[in-house]
Amino acid sequence: MMVGQTPATIADKFIDISNEVCPMSFVLTKLAIEELADGQVLELVCGAGDPVRNISIQLKDEGHTIINVKREGEKHFRLQIRKNN
Amino acid sequence: MGDAKTQPKKTMHITVDHNLDEVVKKKVAVSAEISGKNEKGKIDFHELKSGGFIKQRQKDKFTVRLRCPSGRMEVSKLKQVAESAEKFGGKYVHFTVRQSLEIPYVDYHNFAPLIEELKTVGQDVASCGPRVRVPNACGGCEYNPNGLVDAAKISDAVNVKFFGMRTAHKFKSSFSACPIDCMRTTEADLGMMGAVFPKWDEDKCTGCTICASACTEDAIKAHPETGKPIFTPDNCVYCADCIRACPTFSWTADKTGHNMRVGGRHGRHPLGSTMVARFLTDEEALTAIEATIKWYQKAGEGKGRIRIGEILRQEGQMGSLMEALKTAVGPEKLVKNPEPPTETYVSR
Repeated sequence: MMVGQTPATIADKFIDISNEVCPMSFVLTKLAIEELADGQVLELVCGAGDPVRNISIQLKDEGHTIINVKREGEKHFRLQIRKNN
Repeated sequence: MGDAKTQPKKTMHITVDHNLDEVVKKKVAVSAEISGKNEKGKIDFHELKSGGFIKQRQKDKFTVRLRCPSGRMEVSKLKQVAESAEKFGGKYVHFTVRQSLEIPYVDYHNFAPLIEELKTVGQDVASCGPRVRVPNACGGCEYNPNGLVDAAKISDAVNVKFFGMRTAHKFKSSFSACPIDCMRTTEADLGMMGAVFPKWDEDKCTGCTICASACTEDAIKAHPETGKPIFTPDNCVYCADCIRACPTFSWTADKTGHNMRVGGRHGRHPLGSTMVARFLTDEEALTAIEATIKWYQKAGEGKGRIRIGEILRQEGQMGSLMEALKTAVGPEKLVKNPEPPTETYVSR
């Protein structure tokens, strides 16, 4: 079950960065967001711990909104991010 | 390079004001070429060292240490420094461990023209000796996303207000904008670190558990069923990662400010500093720094070269400093009965 501010939504783009480390994880996320229009949603899967921490902090710093968060087992998080320009 | 004979000046007078009147003077006879003539002159090497001129192994050569508060140098100054270093110094400049830029291999005949050139862009020479040294700071919140406070702002204010004040021994200060503490405030005579204490609003929380992932200190655990945070304040190091990572803004800042530590040092007998106050505002921070320097000036009187940390390890002195801080900033933000600084290791 997704836990978020809004009901689970269908994403406009999906990336899996669970095998990437900083800074590539962030660069790939940024590139994916660049392909979206304002208001569109990116869904990504990343590692728990440092990766989800860093991605969340960086996305918030950039002004985007994390609209849904789902923990997938011990090792992964699935996030949905709405692009805000 | 290194031996530029560019019109040696007549006098060796160096106009650097770092409370030199109190320095023990020691004149050393030297042979100096002044205005093309070979003359015997006297140069005060102690005065030179106080002014940031440090004698090298090499005959007649000195390292000139420049004053770089907060580890920053305007690009316009850097250009002039590069030009002057090429003209009067050696093949390289040296970055000291305390963020100062040094020009090695300067012949002492060239002090006057070098200082004159540096002054055209407002670049000062630094200090050494028993006094408040140039403060250090990290990038801080201006451009480092981890920064919680403006460390450079406090550091710059310390540079303007307190630099050069005479103390029993050297007094080094450093300022970190967050608990990652790149500026190693635990090793400084006086250190300040940006800190944020978080609070949590249950209504906004969706139990996503990102805060528990973001917290590397075991201060936040996710409830196994609801996912909502279980906060253990005693484990919190005030980094604000929970606040920054929380997607729903349910973690926010309760208290923000500077955590102040006193009495650290490195060298042959390193000491770990002790936390004396938490969450000081910018204004309170400067008041507390001034009170600490004044306390150190008084407590160190007649004790010779002794660092503030060593004084604080003496019977009753920690309490005495806390009283001075209480008078300066009030009791609310002070740590209750802090332990004196502790030995970290001895190099033997």
